Amino acid sequence: MTGSATPATPATPPGREARVPLLELRDLRVTFPVAGGVARAVDGLDLLVEAGETVGLVGESGCGKSVTALAILRLVGPDGHIAHGSSVRLEGRDLLALPGKEMRAVRGNHVALVFQEPLSALNPVLRIGAQIAEAVRAHESVTRATARWRAIEMLTMVGLPEAERRARQYPHQLSGGMRQRVMIAMALVCRPKLLIADEPTTALDVTIQAEILELLAELQRKLGMAVLLITHNLGLVAETTQRVAVMYGGQIVEEAATEALFARAAHPYTEGLLAAVPRLDEPRERLRVIPGQVPPATSWPAGCRFHPRCPYAWERCRTEAPPLLEAAPGHRARCWLVEEPARRTRADAPPGEKP
Amino acid sequence: MSPWRLAWRRLRVNRAAVAGGVLAGLIALATIAAPLLAPADPLAQPDPVGLQNLPPGAGHLLGTDGFSRDVLSRTLYGARVSLAVGLLAALLAVLVGGGVGFAAGLSRPAVDRLLMRGVDVALALPRVFLLLAVFALWEGVPLAAVILLIAGTGWFESSRLVRAHVRSLRDSDFVAAARALGAGRAGVARHLLPHVGATLIVCATLDIGNIILLEAGLSYLGLGVQPPTPTWGNMILEGKDLLFAAPWIALAPGLALLFTVVAFNLLGDGLRDALDPRRAR
Amino acid sequence: MTGPLLDVRELATHFTRRAGLFGTRTETVRAVNGVSFTIGRHDTLGLVGESGCGKTTLARTILRLVERTAGEVRFDGQDLFALGPAALRRMRRRMQIVFQDPYASLNPRMTIGRAVREGLEIHELARGDAADRRVVELLDEVGLGADAVTRYPHEFSGGQRQRAVVARALAVDPDFIACDEPVSALDVSVAAQVLNLLADLQARRGLSYLFVSHDLAVVRHVAPRVAVMYLGRFVEVGPAAEIYERPKHPYTQALLSAVPVPDPKTRRARIILAGDPPSPVHPPPGCPFQPRCHHPLKDATCTAVRPELRELAADHRVACHKAD
Repeated sequence: MTGSATPATPATPPGREARVPLLELRDLRVTFPVAGGVARAVDGLDLLVEAGETVGLVGESGCGKSVTALAILRLVGPDGHIAHGSSVRLEGRDLLALPGKEMRAVRGNHVALVFQEPLSALNPVLRIGAQIAEAVRAHESVTRATARWRAIEMLTMVGLPEAERRARQYPHQLSGGMRQRVMIAMALVCRPKLLIADEPTTALDVTIQAEILELLAELQRKLGMAVLLITHNLGLVAETTQRVAVMYGGQIVEEAATEALFARAAHPYTEGLLAAVPRLDEPRERLRVIPGQVPPATSWPAGCRFHPRCPYAWERCRTEAPPLLEAAPGHRARCWLVEEPARRTRADAPPGEKP
Repeated sequence: MSPWRLAWRRLRVNRAAVAGGVLAGLIALATIAAPLLAPADPLAQPDPVGLQNLPPGAGHLLGTDGFSRDVLSRTLYGARVSLAVGLLAALLAVLVGGGVGFAAGLSRPAVDRLLMRGVDVALALPRVFLLLAVFALWEGVPLAAVILLIAGTGWFESSRLVRAHVRSLRDSDFVAAARALGAGRAGVARHLLPHVGATLIVCATLDIGNIILLEAGLSYLGLGVQPPTPTWGNMILEGKDLLFAAPWIALAPGLALLFTVVAFNLLGDGLRDALDPRRAR
Repeated sequence: MTGPLLDVRELATHFTRRAGLFGTRTETVRAVNGVSFTIGRHDTLGLVGESGCGKTTLARTILRLVERTAGEVRFDGQDLFALGPAALRRMRRRMQIVFQDPYASLNPRMTIGRAVREGLEIHELARGDAADRRVVELLDEVGLGADAVTRYPHEFSGGQRQRAVVARALAVDPDFIACDEPVSALDVSVAAQVLNLLADLQARRGLSYLFVSHDLAVVRHVAPRVAVMYLGRFVEVGPAAEIYERPKHPYTQALLSAVPVPDPKTRRARIILAGDPPSPVHPPPGCPFQPRCHHPLKDATCTAVRPELRELAADHRVACHKAD
């Protein structure tokens, strides 16, 4: 299946069939029981991450992006349920079939996670050096002294000044930016092949965010890991990723090389998001908005999940749910406009023109 | 849907709390209906020699005590004292404590400090010892005085709880918004009252069990409400010496006490979870 | 001949807090440390800065939700800090505030209707049926249906709550609204809706805004004039076009370069600042920005003398010894 306009389910670009991808999600479904029924937080998600690349997973709150991250590590909690038929493969190994003990060996060792809020992810009563050393000893049988040495080495690598002294400090003695550096050090100390960064800079100021991004890029070059960057910030995605997947309603609605996506968004949701962000490099004008709200995960709309908010929606969108369709080679969108591009005409005013 | 109804919904699905609530409700009903339910006069001694210490049976469902009085009737009437003391003292304590805490939380720092230092001192007083001393000196203390004394020595905890709650809410944005609209101290108080109400309900429910136990303990020591008026505490005291010969005399009020305290504690825990604003989304 | 609506002069707000093991030492947090600016009628001043720079305290001090330490705030010519309780209450009708977190700024135990009605009642603007009608009108103005009246905050999404907060502020028909990070807690698409709403309201009602945000792109979008705050002081003030196209202060330059732009084709050189912002308890000597400054001409003057704002272009003022 190469370069055809038919619905191409696996996103394997031509010539790559033989290689096993680093991470491969197939038909991932995660549900949570809630008061009014069942929330289908992630609902049939396919995603590939190749070794060493940076992939952005973008969406607004409630789209299922964070649940996806947790599901990869099987950390969806006691209430979350990963449906039968879902598959999460790391270098070909099905993580969902692993016994608990082997799964624990994967977490932190092969796949590491960095969260948004570094203060709540660090234990407040343990020195940071000890916390990182503990992460080493959880996966490798090394002596206490070696683990400690590895911790200090890692703290130096993430650019913490006076790492040896800092290792003896407690989390509250560090600033927000330094804490996030510590979190990154802890995540990377076992040299994982994949780092999942869930809104890693959202709680930080822009100048600190810039530092952390620079650091992540540098560490990625040094350690050769892949990064799955989960964020709502389109600017971050544009500046740091090679490929990007946009999520809406528990599904991926568009997936493309980053440049292609920003140059020519195929899905109306992506198009709307891009138009809704105030731009630093453009003067004042009225923002184009996406009307309405994200529907609750308990009752996704029939047909295309975005159709109630879509400016182009027509009859077909209300009844038939579109699959991911190939808009251009390597660029796929879950939208009937790919098949009927002539319908891309808006009822309301195009962006930039005031009514 | 109002936060109260949401809390009710959450409470309804909490099995332990529902069980506690139902049990507490049944106990309360039985207490009110004691004159209808009790097969005999709790004070009547039909035949102190012939009918004493009868085991449970057809005539006396829970047997009779050393004075030939019906144990079931006495247990039902004994509940009146326990529940009256528990409910009224808890209510009173929480109202006083809530009022003081609310006032302290909204006052200027000087007034707040004065009130809270007073509460600190009061909390350092040994409550049981104090009550023992008063009741030992006051013979024939009326029920109302028992209630007042227990409430008067038990409101300090809730005042601190409410003050802490008010302090934390006072800095919240919705209070700042009310002040920006021109609301004075009364306006701010109106914003905070419903929040404090939830705290007080939990406080009171959990207090009921403690106070019932406290009153039973005092009665068991022969203080507080005096015989022949039955209370669970003095019934256990009377049954103590016959624990092996006629265990039902002490066991009936003892089990009643156990079930009542457990019922109110389960209900209180459930209410706390249901009313916790952090769980409200 | 009317002066500016809001005239802030040398305003300072310091907090004292206890420090040390037994709280025996007290230290002074200089949250706002000598700030002057004006806002005209139907005007917006954008205020950007990072967390801890004092921007939120400044907004709250202007509304006298926090008491000032020094300086003055004149609203329509009246000295706000000289007002007695009754006069202050009347003044509150004219100045309102919208907070960042729409979850915290509505009382969870109060219906939306009661929240909006509160201002009407306090200032006796409407009673009974008239008040009911007014509440519905206000909700309609911010894009909420009449059914919101009897509903509680938890039944609404973040964006809808923020609309309710705006309706509450509008109830007293103010001239000025301090918007403290009004869209920072909202999703991209919802934030755009609220920003458009604020713009519409300004056009319709002739409102003035102080628009506080950490997001430079948002501020550019809403404000014709922008102030950059660092460690309790303004370091640069001027027309938005000037600030964004020709930033003069090294801090503003670093801030602008750090914002990721949603366009993979523009790769800009990022200025990475060294270290974290200093604490407002112990501001560094000389220029507050000097320990992190990357300016090539930085010298002994910078570490010794605090630069005052000076005008480098029309209406464009910068507090830097070396800027030109």
